Amino acid sequence: MSAGFEELLEGLTHMRGVKGALLVSAEDGIPVSGALVEEEQAPALAALAATLLARVRDLTTQTGHEAPRFLHLQAADGLLLLAPASNELIVVGVAGREALIGPLRLEMLRIAERLH
Amino acid sequence: MRAIEPWVLEPLRTFVDESSARLTLLTTSSGQVVAQHGFQGAIDLMSIAALGAGIVASSTEIAAQMGWIPFRVVAHQGRAQAHLLSWFDTPRGRWVALVVFGSETKLGLVQVFMEQLVKDLVAATPPEAPEKREVLAADFERELNASLRALFGR
Repeated sequence: MSAGFEELLEGLTHMRGVKGALLVSAEDGIPVSGALVEEEQAPALAALAATLLARVRDLTTQTGHEAPRFLHLQAADGLLLLAPASNELIVVGVAGREALIGPLRLEMLRIAERLH
Repeated sequence: MRAIEPWVLEPLRTFVDESSARLTLLTTSSGQVVAQHGFQGAIDLMSIAALGAGIVASSTEIAAQMGWIPFRVVAHQGRAQAHLLSWFDTPRGRWVALVVFGSETKLGLVQVFMEQLVKDLVAATPPEAPEKREVLAADFERELNASLRALFGR
């Protein structure tokens, strides 16, 4: 199961500027599969990503909008990207400033679509 | 939030704030309560501490019997709330943390901040361990009552 997930993320991890990609359990905030350059950060990243998505979901729902399809956080040194794949999984991408956001976004949405 | 040893309070407060835990109980591996947050009744607390210590002992023994690397965490997830039982080594011996949390936080987040709590507790432990004395029945009862007073303000 996990090997299949890794295969799914492989294209994403090889894209320009990508430092890591994870599949995260939305309910628990625990990494299910994936790889990060700084692997020890995976549990914290997974937990914070799932928490962030849950908060944004609450916000959009309470303001009468649909649940978000994609989250893009721009930091000084890079990007954090989240694509909810279903109620159970989130595709998380971490990239540097050199990453090309367009192709990255498309690839993450494609992965999310396949996981639905 | 109350603690038998005051230096435990700050790391525990940080953990509770960051993890959004509803209840937190720190005990020694023998079930002696070190600190608590959110518990209201002494009887429940003591029972839970003893049960937690029992789970740690039985989980450790299962791993030993099977030749596995010892477990360090047990998580039970329920519909409305969940709990995480984690045990770790400190300069004061092995301690056990029981954390009860709800849908306002996530298991992964509680685990991440639990790791930080362990680091903070180890860093905050005063250098000198308390003097070891022979345990007498009268002392035990007096210390138990003092602990209950410290934990529940009674």
